[in-house]
Amino acid sequence: MPIIKPVNPDGTDPSQATWSRRDFFALTGWAGFLGGISAGLLAFGRFMFPRVLFEPATAFKAGFPVEYSSGEVSERWIKAQRTWIIRDGKGFCAIEAKCTHLGCTPRWFKDANKFKCPCHGSGFKGFAEGMDSVTVGINFEGPAPRPLERIKVALAEDGQLLIDKGPRFRFEKDEWGKPGSFLKVG
Amino acid sequence: MAENEKQSLKDKVFESQVWRSIFRHGYADTHRNRVLQVAGNVFLHLHPTKTRRHALRIRFTWCAGGVTFLLFLVTVVTGVILMFYYRPTGEHAYIDIKMLEFDVPFGMVIRNMHRWAAHAMVIAVWVHMFRVFMTGSYKPPREFNWVIGVILLVLTLLLSFTGYLLPWDQLAIWAVTVGTNMARATPLLGHEGPFYELVGVNARYDARSFLIAGQVVGPPALLRFYVLHCIFIPIAASVLMIVHFWRVRKDGGISGPM
Ligand code: HEM
Ligand code: FES
Repeated sequence: MPIIKPVNPDGTDPSQATWSRRDFFALTGWAGFLGGISAGLLAFGRFMFPRVLFEPATAFKAGFPVEYSSGEVSERWIKAQRTWIIRDGKGFCAIEAKCTHLGCTPRWFKDANKFKCPCHGSGFKGFAEGMDSVTVGINFEGPAPRPLERIKVALAEDGQLLIDKGPRFRFEKDEWGKPGSFLKVG
Repeated sequence: MAENEKQSLKDKVFESQVWRSIFRHGYADTHRNRVLQVAGNVFLHLHPTKTRRHALRIRFTWCAGGVTFLLFLVTVVTGVILMFYYRPTGEHAYIDIKMLEFDVPFGMVIRNMHRWAAHAMVIAVWVHMFRVFMTGSYKPPREFNWVIGVILLVLTLLLSFTGYLLPWDQLAIWAVTVGTNMARATPLLGHEGPFYELVGVNARYDARSFLIAGQVVGPPALLRFYVLHCIFIPIAASVLMIVHFWRVRKDGGISGPM
């Protein structure tokens, strides 16, 4: 039987073409499939980050300065806001009770004069009557790699303390002196 | 009953259309038939049609992979039963577990079966990996099954981790807080990890907030872990287990003693 070779209308051999019709459809098919899958995956990636988070507000009013006595670690807001408010001779600072190791809530031990994390035992320096608050929260034992973070203290219009957990001040970035990290009160 | 009556009853059952529609023909216990039975059965066809004697030596395999699979099946069955009561929401999760423990008949048994099987599965999978390593069974042609095994190991650990949050008690929440905080240090994708600037992730959009749907371990994290724990990871693990067992067969059955 004679072998019939396919021939293009212009007489050329279709098998010699760089692109056969089959190649073209296979490639568009794969491109469409992979494109669709990738678009779907990208969309899923975005889908997992909602535009709104229903999480507690970061700022809160913590009462009037006169309600805090100098030289103690106030635990008044620890349950509701996870925050210690500390007043020394010069003014206020606020520390978020969140371990810099992996995020547990440390506890304040007045007698031992330190903050201690229940998860893996990190310890942070405490504060007492007559002390300056510059060293409060510096890590000195356990796995925590850096001091507890301070958060913003300011005065609200009505004269109450306004604490904001949004802006954070890190010791190792030399931010403890920055405006907002400490509130001078005469 | 007379002998022939018994016989006719037997015929009635075994020659009935219903029986015949399920079992096409009688079964003669021959070598050939045993092989065909394994090869032709949808549940058994992953088995090798022929098992060599050494593959059954418990001192070689410790059956650790088999034990892992059995424990996985236990967690699947008991887990599905637990799902009849457990609701993955902030208000309900904790109280539903309490209810399962104290108010649902056999609830405590089912919960504890699930819990112990899960713990045991984690141990068994390590034992299995250790055995495969010690017998050198990862060597060619079985390298790829080792790779699948490593993924199965990771999935097993992830099942354990995602399940840990579901009781929604203090231990659960803080353990997962600690665990997911490590995700902050993911290279590129965690906002405290190496090279994070290259991708531009921050605390709001990074690997950790992807996992827990926000910045704190709250109800959205519970729901996310629940879906991962009950749907996503079990399906992924099942698919890989099918491939794993298939490859054991395709790679020539259980490796022999060296
Ligand atoms: C969900 C987890 C896993 C299950 C259910 C599983 C199950 C099994 C089963 C039933 C076998 C047959 C032999 C035996 O029972 O020992 C097997 C063999 C094997 N598994 Fe796994 N396995 C798992 C994880 C792993 C891991 C973590 C590794 C290693 C990284 C691994 C590597 C292998 C290899 C290389 C074989 C072939 C061993 C041989 O031929 O002697 N598997 N697996
Ligand atoms: S989380 Fe505080 S020591 Fe680890």
